[in-house]
Amino acid sequence: MFDVSKVRDDFPMLRSGKKMQGHPLVYLDNASTTFKPDCVIDAMNRYYQDETSNSHRGDYDLCFAADKHIEGARRTLASFLGAEENEIVFTSGATDGMNLVAYGYGLKFLKPGDEIVLSHAEHASTMLPWFRIAELTGAKVVFIPLKDKQITVEALSSVLSERTKIVSFAHVGNVLGYVAPIKEIAKLVHEHHALLVVDGAQSVPHMKIDVKDLDCDFLSFSGHKLCGPTGTGVLYGKYALLDAMDPFETGGGMNVKFFPDATATFLPPPMKFEAGTLNIAGIYGLEAAVNYLLSIGMENIEAHERDLKKYAVERLEKTGKVTLYNADAPTGIVTFNVDGVFAQDEATLLNSKGIACRSGQHCAKMLPEDLGTVATVRASFYLYTTREDIDALVDAIEQGGDFLDAYF
Amino acid sequence: MPTFELTPAMMREIIMDHYSSPRHKISPDGEGYFSTHSSSVNCIDDIDVYLKFDGEGKVEDACWNGTACAISTASSDIICDLVLGKTEEEAHYLIDQYHKMMREEPYDSSVLEEALAFMNTGKQAARIHCATIGWDAIEQLLKEHHHE
Repeated sequence: MFDVSKVRDDFPMLRSGKKMQGHPLVYLDNASTTFKPDCVIDAMNRYYQDETSNSHRGDYDLCFAADKHIEGARRTLASFLGAEENEIVFTSGATDGMNLVAYGYGLKFLKPGDEIVLSHAEHASTMLPWFRIAELTGAKVVFIPLKDKQITVEALSSVLSERTKIVSFAHVGNVLGYVAPIKEIAKLVHEHHALLVVDGAQSVPHMKIDVKDLDCDFLSFSGHKLCGPTGTGVLYGKYALLDAMDPFETGGGMNVKFFPDATATFLPPPMKFEAGTLNIAGIYGLEAAVNYLLSIGMENIEAHERDLKKYAVERLEKTGKVTLYNADAPTGIVTFNVDGVFAQDEATLLNSKGIACRSGQHCAKMLPEDLGTVATVRASFYLYTTREDIDALVDAIEQGGDFLDAYF
Repeated sequence: MPTFELTPAMMREIIMDHYSSPRHKISPDGEGYFSTHSSSVNCIDDIDVYLKFDGEGKVEDACWNGTACAISTASSDIICDLVLGKTEEEAHYLIDQYHKMMREEPYDSSVLEEALAFMNTGKQAARIHCATIGWDAIEQLLKEHHHE
């Protein structure tokens, strides 16, 4: 394991003694975004203070250094995921990557009558690009039934057919934190000659991922959820698929030539998908974030969060005033309601005590139906979360009081 | 400032009262109602608001329905109460004073009645939109349909 207090010292947001509503900040919204360690901020500053130049755009040393750095970052990300370098596309985040697959692959290859399989638990960034592609191509969106709020291989086989062309699920659900059996799903999907597009936003930051072992066709995630900068992300895609699909955006940096007859030729993947100037500082930061996580160890981070999850469930269950929606999900997300209090009102009460939790539907607006509630409070953990943070949450709930206390 | 001393206990009671038993939380089935949908990106609030004029430029009925937290339930219910019988001008004045209160600017408290219970909403800045969602919808309906 690792020393959490040492880890917390690496984060300016945590060591600065920051307060919210007059109380020490307890940050339990890591499924939304995460704090950045010094090394990430330093890496970005290094680009701005010492190595600024545009990549792929010049013949001078500074530019060469930036280029080298970007390609180094691509290698770091490839090795982090068990992928090849040319399968790593830099994006602005998980949403950008999902849209790239939908518009680059889906729009090109889907036909009327083809089916896209999703689940009610999916985030808007998985749902909406495919809704749009279905509308544009005449393909049809099909939902698998959730079993005990989870995606199962059995439920998936019940909807797969020769019409299925795309299956898209989150590896770890952002509301409930259940882990989908991606490897088994990939096998089944491939038996039906369809493709598996994985939303890795909540899995890549929290566990060791090997895309070749999972055998997913695409996997998209965000940098800011793994201690990296906002506006960064990666789309992994099998090279042959990346090569077959269309670019989503065109412009500088991704073309080879263009001609008077209004045609153009494009660079091979991954550059084909990286039109315009990249978020260069962001990529410096993203690489630093990945190296930081690796220095702590993904297995250690996962074990730490699973331990916190167990502890939180134990403590919350003991209060006797909380409904838990995912007690048996192993990852570091606890989703609950305090009995008799609307989720938003509870989150406001927690805010008044310095505790940052999210409430609502967490961008998965079709899931509440399966949960039997319109909204939930979500506490989500990361490597720097402590048992004391969870104690603060549970104590606040135990003290209870009127949720209107937040205003008076 | 308030014309009488409104204690925190009274303010809580007003909010809880309209939250637990809202008077105007209903989708009207009668004719002559204008309606608008209002939802929030920050909160779960997802409501429809209805307004009916009496033919002489006054508000005859106002109601709302939907999913909402305590603050938006109580605040939407209270604005529906307060606009009843008011002319468009009076209603706009009232809503204007409420928005000033939310922004913590000087305001005329004499017209706000039970809505004064929300004077502390600024303490929870993330919830200001909950306290104004119904008010904004009524204001929009007044603007769009005042000549009809």
